Amino acid sequence: MTEKKIRVLVAKPGLDGHDRGAKVVARALRDAGMEVIYTGLRQTPEMIAEAALQEDVDVVGLSILSGAHMALTPRVMELLKANGQTHVRVFIGGIIPDEDLDRLKEMGVAGVFGPGASTEDIIRDVRMAAAG
Amino acid sequence: MTHSQSVLAGDRLALARLLTQVENNAPDGRIALTELFPHTGKAHLIGVTGAPGTGKSSLVNQLALHYRKTQNKRVAIIAVDPSSPFTGGAVLGDRVRMRDLAGDPAVFIRSMATRGSLGGLAQSTAAMSQVFDAAGFDLVIIETVGAGQSEVDVARLAHTTLVVEAPGLGDDIQAIKAGILEIADILVINKADRPGVENTEKALKSMLDLAHPAARVFQHHGQAMPTIAPVQDSSSAPMWIPPIQRTVATEGRGIAELAESIARHAAHLTHSGDWALRERARLEVELDALIRETLVNQFMEDISQSQYDAALEKIIQRNLSPWDAVKLLMNGRSK
Repeated sequence: MTEKKIRVLVAKPGLDGHDRGAKVVARALRDAGMEVIYTGLRQTPEMIAEAALQEDVDVVGLSILSGAHMALTPRVMELLKANGQTHVRVFIGGIIPDEDLDRLKEMGVAGVFGPGASTEDIIRDVRMAAAG
Repeated sequence: MTHSQSVLAGDRLALARLLTQVENNAPDGRIALTELFPHTGKAHLIGVTGAPGTGKSSLVNQLALHYRKTQNKRVAIIAVDPSSPFTGGAVLGDRVRMRDLAGDPAVFIRSMATRGSLGGLAQSTAAMSQVFDAAGFDLVIIETVGAGQSEVDVARLAHTTLVVEAPGLGDDIQAIKAGILEIADILVINKADRPGVENTEKALKSMLDLAHPAARVFQHHGQAMPTIAPVQDSSSAPMWIPPIQRTVATEGRGIAELAESIARHAAHLTHSGDWALRERARLEVELDALIRETLVNQFMEDISQSQYDAALEKIIQRNLSPWDAVKLLMNGRSK
């Protein structure tokens, strides 16, 4: 009877109001059989880390189109770690310049999806990350 | 420290993990539940149900805020949303309306998907509410999926059930149908700033006026089981008539009055002896469900897949009725 569902938090930190992408991803992960907790716009890193803890998610997806990813991402990662959520894998979606990719990977980001990423790739990578 | 001791000590990460184990019906979760069970029975369980879009999440958000600001009570919220019947996936979006509660360590919000359960709750919602109860939360607010007419499981779980309506959703015939309105301890008309609120209130009022004050009973083992104590002294235990409370959750209007009604209902349950009877009914439902689940699991373990497949094949060929198939399988159990 034991059934392990993949739980994913999809959050939009920062101030941009473009949540179409986040909703498309949330829907795609839902259709892949995952449980997606959607928190809505303008979340602070503190709110995201707290929600990730309460919901005991396997994966956090951050959607950032404001250019603030180099400030917001490390803060979310720090807070997850401080809460003992070291097993949570973080993905980023949005407009991320190529020159930032290496530094995001160094921070421990599990993957970055820019415009044109296919939902199949996202689903596959999230599944793999959740499997550990 | 064991897992359940960490939960009792207020470790939020341990609590979150345990909720997952309980939700997944994992063996570890059952062990912890057993250890925690003696610590349960203190929290006030408040159910919030109603049609999709009536503003349940916003109302829960405001209620929790009110309890935090005025009474310093610890509040847990279980927000249930539906799973897809096709993929098993779900989008759980109730937190979107509960952002005011972020950053308060005395509030814990957990979203859960129904995972195939009908009735408005998930199978493990009751067990999860017990975990919160044991962890010392004074109030556990359980928000059901957007409910239609017969998602009434929450009334068996909660001490106080709020049914949330909004103007313009139905006429007075809807109001006299059996089902969801019957389970209300408190009727809430949310979005009360909208046109049509008078008509909604009138319809609900006439529904209540038509009702002969009847004791709340549940059908149980095929028998109607009253959950109200036999009245010894009718003056000390008056029948509870569900109040109708207008709110505008997005602006926080009517919330204090609603909280008062909830407190009055809790007091009524205690004085009338109904609290104890509801506890009894709830635990009985839980025991029955567990017995059923255990027996089914045992049965399925005892019969081989090939026996099962053979029986199913015969049913499909119309060579065997499903009733006879059950008899055959029960008799042919390997032990």
